[in-house]
Amino acid sequence: MREFELVRAASVADAAKSLAANEDAKLIAGGTNLVDLMKEGVETPGTLIDINAISGLRDVTMSDDGGLMIGALASNSAVAWHPDVQEHFPMISQAILAGATTQIRNMASMGGNLLQKNRCFYYPEENARCNKREPGSGCDAIEGINRMCAVLGTSEHCIAANPSDLCLPLRALDAIVHVEGTNGQRAIPIEKLHKLPGDTPYDEVDLRHDEMITAIEVPPSPIARNSHYRKLRDRTSYAFALVSVAAAIGVEDGIISEVRLAVGGVGTVPWRDEEAEAAMVGQPATQEAFSAGAAIIFRETKAYSGNGFKIDLAKRAIVRVLSELSGDAK
Amino acid sequence: MKRTTSSFEVNGTRISAEFDTRTTLLDFLREHLDLTGTKKGCNHGQCGACTVMIDGQRSLACLTLAALCDGRSITTIEGLANGDKLHPVQKALIEHDGFQCGYCTSGQIMSAVAMAKEPWGESDDEVREAMSGNLCRCGAYPNIVAAVQEARAKIAKEQPDA
Repeated sequence: MREFELVRAASVADAAKSLAANEDAKLIAGGTNLVDLMKEGVETPGTLIDINAISGLRDVTMSDDGGLMIGALASNSAVAWHPDVQEHFPMISQAILAGATTQIRNMASMGGNLLQKNRCFYYPEENARCNKREPGSGCDAIEGINRMCAVLGTSEHCIAANPSDLCLPLRALDAIVHVEGTNGQRAIPIEKLHKLPGDTPYDEVDLRHDEMITAIEVPPSPIARNSHYRKLRDRTSYAFALVSVAAAIGVEDGIISEVRLAVGGVGTVPWRDEEAEAAMVGQPATQEAFSAGAAIIFRETKAYSGNGFKIDLAKRAIVRVLSELSGDAK
Repeated sequence: MKRTTSSFEVNGTRISAEFDTRTTLLDFLREHLDLTGTKKGCNHGQCGACTVMIDGQRSLACLTLAALCDGRSITTIEGLANGDKLHPVQKALIEHDGFQCGYCTSGQIMSAVAMAKEPWGESDDEVREAMSGNLCRCGAYPNIVAAVQEARAKIAKEQPDA
């Protein structure tokens, strides 16, 4: 591990100032992803700014209108087991509990979860080509082991899947990511936070170097009470998703009134396709309608040697989850 | 070498030390304090052998920088028994033969102790899920599950509000 200075930030402004003063600095909260990558030599910050002592960033509160405000330093566990989250946004709780292990969820912060790095096998591999780790070196996943890689949103430079479970219900619910830097505060819709790899796969999120995430806001969504997160993976627990589905649905008199749907394991960013949702609204809540919606999401895919199976698996998972949620599980 | 100073509590004892900023809590416990009950398995957060309690929450010592423990309270396997009186989870692991080589055992025990206070359901499947961060390469899982079930029933009976 490269040597680094340790700085302790007492406030968000303090952290932003330290970041602005040092191109080579990084924030550390739970550190579950960062410390591991530092051991691998993938992350080599010269300074770490410990933000854990900043007060007021651990609260989880529900507003009168039913929205959630989640402090960036709240642990993944604290949010997953929070009674309001479990009751009003079950898919957020389920998605968090489907990720990692209790030890890691106790340590990991909510802000950090949004920014976690991809788990493509070649990313931490020193002798492999990876355009995220070493821009311009190439991508060994495209013709290599790509079972865990994406089929949507890929480019010729990178096919790594976004690994976050949490980001999927947040994307489905139009969460807003609050950040603060030396120039003040910004609210970023979560759909704008993660960038498609395109020609610059190393440029992953829409955050300036001096900005830190302070909170995640989830707008009110009455149908989110009827939501579910389903994760399919190579082993039952503690594995990243091959395919996952975050879904909420409202059904009135047998007709779909609203759908919120995001799919994991398949996209280079947390994947949602509003066109698919729009196509389902107004249709009878049947497997045919869900299947037609799922087909829209996967109308333009690029499968690689080891991950083509994900397309059918994801479509079936979407139909299954929406059917169960709408009581049409045959 | 870049150094830092931190103070924290380990098994009730106050520690103040200066060390390389890169030191993980795991290395600090083992190499600086000679508390070698906490094991280094994968050193990447995948096996759970290094599980300790930080402020009562089970955590991975291998992914925790010791410098980030400033002001916190840490409990390791060495801090669990009360003199010669074993913790109910330790007793249950012995009674149910919940290990072979024993390398994962202190992590399994720390995890199970924490789990007893977490809001999991009662089934064996819940135990397997809650304990999935602790690998056992000897494959003693059925006995570990039995031990955890017995211990947490006992703990719930003895400390209904804990």
